[in-house]
Amino acid sequence: MSQEMNYLAKLAVEGKLGRRAFLGKAAALGASTAVATSLLSGTALAAGPKKGGHLKAGLAGGESTNSLDPATFLTQVPADFGRMWGDTLVEVSRIGEIVFRLAESIEPSADAKTWHFTIRKGVKFHNGKTLTATDVLKTMERHSGDDTKSGALGIMRGIESMKADGDVFSVTLTTANADLPYLMSDYHLIIQPDGGMDAPDAGIGTGPYKVTVNEPGVRHVGERFEDYWDAGNRGHADTVEIVVLNDATARTAALQGGQVHMINRVEPKIADLLERVPGVSVKSVSGRGHYVFLMHCNTAPFDNNDLRLALKYAIDREEMVDKILRGYGSVGNDMPINGGYPLFSEDIPQRTFDPDKASFHYKKSGHSGPITLQTAATAFSGAVDAAQLFQQSAAKCGITLDVKREPDDGYWTEVWNKQPFSASYWGGSRPVQDQMYSTAYKSDADWNDTRFFRPDFDKLLLAARAELDQAKRVGLYREMGLMVHNEGGVIVPMFNDFINAVSDTVAGWEDDPSGESMNGFALAKTWLA
Amino acid sequence: MGHPILNLVAQRIALGCLLLLMASVLIFIGTQILPGDIAQSILGQSATPEAVANLRKDLGLNDPAYVRYFTWLSGVLQGDLGVALSNGKPIAQAVGQRLSNTLFLAGWAALISVPLAVLLGLLAVQYKNRWPDKLISGVTLTTISLPEFFLGYLLIFFISVQLRWFPSVAIINDSMSLGQKLNTIALPVAVLVLVVLAQMMRMTRAAILNVMQSAYIETAELKGITPFQVIRKHAFPNAIAPIINVIMLNLAYLVVGVVIVEVVFAYPGMGQYLVDHVSKRDVPVVQACALIFASVYISLNIVADIVSIVANPRLRHPK
Repeated sequence: MSQEMNYLAKLAVEGKLGRRAFLGKAAALGASTAVATSLLSGTALAAGPKKGGHLKAGLAGGESTNSLDPATFLTQVPADFGRMWGDTLVEVSRIGEIVFRLAESIEPSADAKTWHFTIRKGVKFHNGKTLTATDVLKTMERHSGDDTKSGALGIMRGIESMKADGDVFSVTLTTANADLPYLMSDYHLIIQPDGGMDAPDAGIGTGPYKVTVNEPGVRHVGERFEDYWDAGNRGHADTVEIVVLNDATARTAALQGGQVHMINRVEPKIADLLERVPGVSVKSVSGRGHYVFLMHCNTAPFDNNDLRLALKYAIDREEMVDKILRGYGSVGNDMPINGGYPLFSEDIPQRTFDPDKASFHYKKSGHSGPITLQTAATAFSGAVDAAQLFQQSAAKCGITLDVKREPDDGYWTEVWNKQPFSASYWGGSRPVQDQMYSTAYKSDADWNDTRFFRPDFDKLLLAARAELDQAKRVGLYREMGLMVHNEGGVIVPMFNDFINAVSDTVAGWEDDPSGESMNGFALAKTWLA
Repeated sequence: MGHPILNLVAQRIALGCLLLLMASVLIFIGTQILPGDIAQSILGQSATPEAVANLRKDLGLNDPAYVRYFTWLSGVLQGDLGVALSNGKPIAQAVGQRLSNTLFLAGWAALISVPLAVLLGLLAVQYKNRWPDKLISGVTLTTISLPEFFLGYLLIFFISVQLRWFPSVAIINDSMSLGQKLNTIALPVAVLVLVVLAQMMRMTRAAILNVMQSAYIETAELKGITPFQVIRKHAFPNAIAPIINVIMLNLAYLVVGVVIVEVVFAYPGMGQYLVDHVSKRDVPVVQACALIFASVYISLNIVADIVSIVANPRLRHPK
């Protein structure tokens, strides 16, 4: 049977047999639709990409205020469109390895303080110019200058000096960092001609698609760049288009109505229903993004570790994953790291809902009276419901939570990182532990949103950053994870999956834990079967 | 002094301009008291303190408010709406595109709904308290009672997803032909028509029924002309003022109040544009949009006033 099936699948992929006819014949051979469909897509993958067509995505996360300047990228749509028209020096693969892109090779000095990036030869920009190390240098300078407004400034800050010499771009750091290549994969760091100094929002890059239409908050269209250096692997469709569909129902309807080939941010509550729609499949991948309740470790009553522990034991993580994520996610363990990160230690014990321990620590803390938890719909999808579940489970431990719902507008400026106990999320775009901890848990981090001021933690962080011995690093990161887990101000109830939905006419989809829509590369890497 | 109608009309227009000026002051004050820091809002969750400080300096937020108001007003009077803070593009260009989209949608919705509403109103009067009247009232009152987004979702589900007659994504662009554009906006136009129909229809019906009580209608009936002619020639012209008022209010709604329909159908109109910029605290854009909305609202109301004045025979032929 299997030989015959493979033969049929091959015919179907080559277009000699219709999709429906294939599924019908496969059913006659005793294969279920699911098996037949996966065989079909597997064969399509093996048959290689098909060129041509107009590939269209309906995505949430775009506003009419968006710009093509990579320094301003903040939301999904401009970042994903940036993947179409630009390239970074390196990327992070699905299994967390460095993939060389515009950098051909990377050479660190022995102390991991100086890094040399050899720039790929013969790469052309859309304006016909050839990529040089100077373009790379200028780009990095634009993102790290004193007057920059770049979203990548945070990760560029540890750089002492940079230079371009022939084909080599070199970075010297103030402190050693074994993870520097990972930082260079940041989606802001698209290499632009002359660094985009004179026209930052020109949309000229080295990517597989040239920008043809740029209507922020409405739609973005790209046309295949014929001189693309990696044409074998990316840029299969003739043209790609992103239409901005911020309304969840509008996205689903557009996919069902056949107006787009893929959508992002499928709500967990409709993912099951969408799975049953013929011609559509739901792609869910567990990632590093997580939802959090944040306590300020330096503000009463949260400056008492027993109270923090009481609250950590008073939350029912399993229930949250079931009810808020509908199973599209996994439980968190009060640290921002999970198996999606390299160098993660699986042996850190999982904290569970434990009313006895919660009330023990609560009594020990000596606190009494209600505790106010601030939340908003924008904090994360289902944040208000999650806060109420937390309230219910805490009540079982004798802890009174007052849930205060805040307006979405102004939540990120007035509540998050300002109020002592609030709901929030981390998107999981940071590929290594060092970056996650440096962004939010180091004493002097800009977004130390739990006010976790621990010199001993900082010391471990810097030691792990400079350590080139992987086994030792694992140990250091384990110690840091335990510190946050036991003494930190963060409650991590769950890690959320990225959920996309894709039409069956799309082939070449590969789940990528780094971000939704194949980490933004979906339109460039998939093709119309 | 000239003709009293000219005086009245001139007075209305002058009042309108004054109102607009006051609206501009209110808009400016309103945008100043929005909570939150502009620079922080533009940069969002990933703002670093340095980036915020740099942006604040660039935006020149240190001048006193009245100076900024007069700078802004003189710019507007010269047709310069300024530059959007969030992406550094001239506002006039972006707003122009959005405004023409909004007017395109509102225009087609009005073109269908206004004649339809008046016609249905006339029919309802003609068959007063019989089944056509009850059917018309019942259907239009049902559609106005449903929230717009729900009507939108219903149409999307049945017409777009099930039947696949019209697209659910109503994004139009310049490269489309008129036919393609109309096909694209069919569903949002249908929703808007259903939403505005009832009020105009009911007002037409009520106003004409009111006039129908008059003695001259009885005279007309006694002359022996057909009931429809009575309505068309004698009742309608005298009922036009209140009808025009309601029509203008609904037209104003079609321009300034359709943000929910825009979101459901992803239509690139002014409403969505304004909301995006409010949440980014892009003050110049918010001011520009609010001013445009205010002028649309005020000028449509002036038109309604003027038509009522002109339609009034007592004012047209003073003793």
